[in-house]
Amino acid sequence: MLQVFPDVKGRFGDFGGKYVPETLMGPLQELEDALNEAMDDPQFIEEYHHVLEEYGGRPTALSFAGQLTKQLDGAKIYLKREDLNHTGAHKLNNAIGQALLAKRMGKEKIIAETGAGQHGVASATVAAKFGLACKVFMGEEDIRRQELNVFRMKLLGAEVIPVSSGNGTLKDATNEAIRYWVANCEDHFYLIGSVVGPHPYPKMVRNFQRVIGDESKRQFLEVEDRLPNRIYACVGGGSNAMGMFYPFLEDDAELVGVEAAGKGIDTPEHAATLSKGTPGVIHGSLTYLMQDENGQITEPYSISAGLDYPGIGPEHAQLFQSKRVRYEAVTDQEALDALKLLTETEGIIPAIESAHALAQAFKEAGGMDKEDTILINLSGRGDKDMATLMQRLEEEV
Amino acid sequence: MITKTSFQGKLTKTKDLFIPFVVAGDPTPELTIEFALRLQEAGADVLELGVPYSDPLADGPTIQRAAKRALDSGMSLRKAIELVPQLRKRGVEIPVVIFTYYNPVMQLGHDEFFAMLSENGAEGVLVPDLPFEESEDFRKQAEENDVEFISLVAPNSDQRIQRIAEKAKGFLYCVSTLGVTGERNEMSKEVLTFIEKVKEYSPVPVAVGFGISTNEHVKLVRGHADGVIIGSKIIRLIENELDGLEKEQTAALDRFTKELHELVK
Repeated sequence: MLQVFPDVKGRFGDFGGKYVPETLMGPLQELEDALNEAMDDPQFIEEYHHVLEEYGGRPTALSFAGQLTKQLDGAKIYLKREDLNHTGAHKLNNAIGQALLAKRMGKEKIIAETGAGQHGVASATVAAKFGLACKVFMGEEDIRRQELNVFRMKLLGAEVIPVSSGNGTLKDATNEAIRYWVANCEDHFYLIGSVVGPHPYPKMVRNFQRVIGDESKRQFLEVEDRLPNRIYACVGGGSNAMGMFYPFLEDDAELVGVEAAGKGIDTPEHAATLSKGTPGVIHGSLTYLMQDENGQITEPYSISAGLDYPGIGPEHAQLFQSKRVRYEAVTDQEALDALKLLTETEGIIPAIESAHALAQAFKEAGGMDKEDTILINLSGRGDKDMATLMQRLEEEV
Repeated sequence: MITKTSFQGKLTKTKDLFIPFVVAGDPTPELTIEFALRLQEAGADVLELGVPYSDPLADGPTIQRAAKRALDSGMSLRKAIELVPQLRKRGVEIPVVIFTYYNPVMQLGHDEFFAMLSENGAEGVLVPDLPFEESEDFRKQAEENDVEFISLVAPNSDQRIQRIAEKAKGFLYCVSTLGVTGERNEMSKEVLTFIEKVKEYSPVPVAVGFGISTNEHVKLVRGHADGVIIGSKIIRLIENELDGLEKEQTAALDRFTKELHELVK
């Protein structure tokens, strides 16, 4: 039996906790109390699952990638199709859960931060659906990279607030969202998009995302009558991976988290937090992060705006330390190659984030036995990345 | 009822304290020394020496800009602590509180951090993202090293106020308003009720910070709290003189001093 994390202090072993200004301690306690109460309320759980199904489009499919399996000539490859969620990514699961909680707490205004825009779109969507006001903080560089998602958020009625500090990416947007929350915590609910931040966020987001793993388990047992040998998911902050892995932690399945190696983990341009980072505090949580020798947080890089984050969820840090999950890193180019291969063999264009998980799985599939099975979490669809893909791949297409 | 002050005996009074904040290395380490001297002349009782940080969650744009300038000048936690003996050499006698976010301390290591504070003669430490629940070991270590660990309470600390206040050392930092640091046009009258409540429990002077930007604010707070903490406004005064500091340093420092006196008179 695995130890239950987080503990009462919000710790996952050595990691997690609440490293925030005093002003946020009250609101975090209020959130924790409301969350615990909601999770014990069968009516809340029922409503959450009801919205996931009749609005979000769950359960998402489990697809056998037959062509790909044939081509790679190794383990049987299955895809968990989070790209088929309404709005095109797993982010909606969590946004629905937190929006319902915000309403239950009587908060009418939500704030969110976003990198690739998928969490921003999911937040703006649930805000529209549940009649909440929504502000989305987004780095200027990400606004440039994700023009389409910015427009979607605005169309949904959200206010997109550009953040110019730092590199103008997710880290900076998160800082700004937290600062805004500090000043407006009395009537605003901060809808965090990944398993990061101070307790109880990592636990809450994991619990709202575990539907991915729970569903996968049922579906896999149905089609294969056994559990997969290996499960792959990409890791930025790590919410899709945590949601997929959590229900499998006590099983035999090998779990593989895939980080962004950007231009290579031996270059300064990557976002491989566990592979290259060290323990420290970022955005209110003790975890692994990318930093210099003086403890200043350094800027990450990835072709994928969704993985471009210098920290990682504290539960991943614990799973890394305990070696329950193996973490690998793949480069921009490897991810793009995997994206092309999936697109051409299966007719599915994945998000560049998800392509990182695909790349690592493809590297390993050929070396596995034909009776073995692989499950890859396809966290989102590639529509939002078309501008980046056109720039990088147009000549090859 | 205030029963003790300490900072190794260097804080000579418990009322009417003026506690300014500057960022070490903004815009250069040499100028930080000059500002500290001017602040002491203007009546500062304790100096909060801020360590610049890349991701300061409790700070508004003014202090963020100062941190950026200081990081560009090569400042670090280690160098900020090493600035203390240089301040002393130039005549700064008031207690110095190192104001730093937790991550740089964690990278240096608690033992090394406290050893450096002792060796370099800093009397206090304030870590805005290390709340009461996360700071038990750190507070203990501060006590063992005769360093005052400054605690903060906020208007929404509610039941936490008593627990935090009772363990307060040095002075208790009352955050005047929800929000990050930065100048404000108005100071809410509600802060006065909050101060009274905090004073009921605090064994050390209660000082108020966040948003104190005018002489009227200073006077209002002084009537109720034991001290005022001024950060962003002082940073702004420095910022206003950035050009002058390069070209006509003494005149720029004099203008800074004049504005400062107006602020705290």
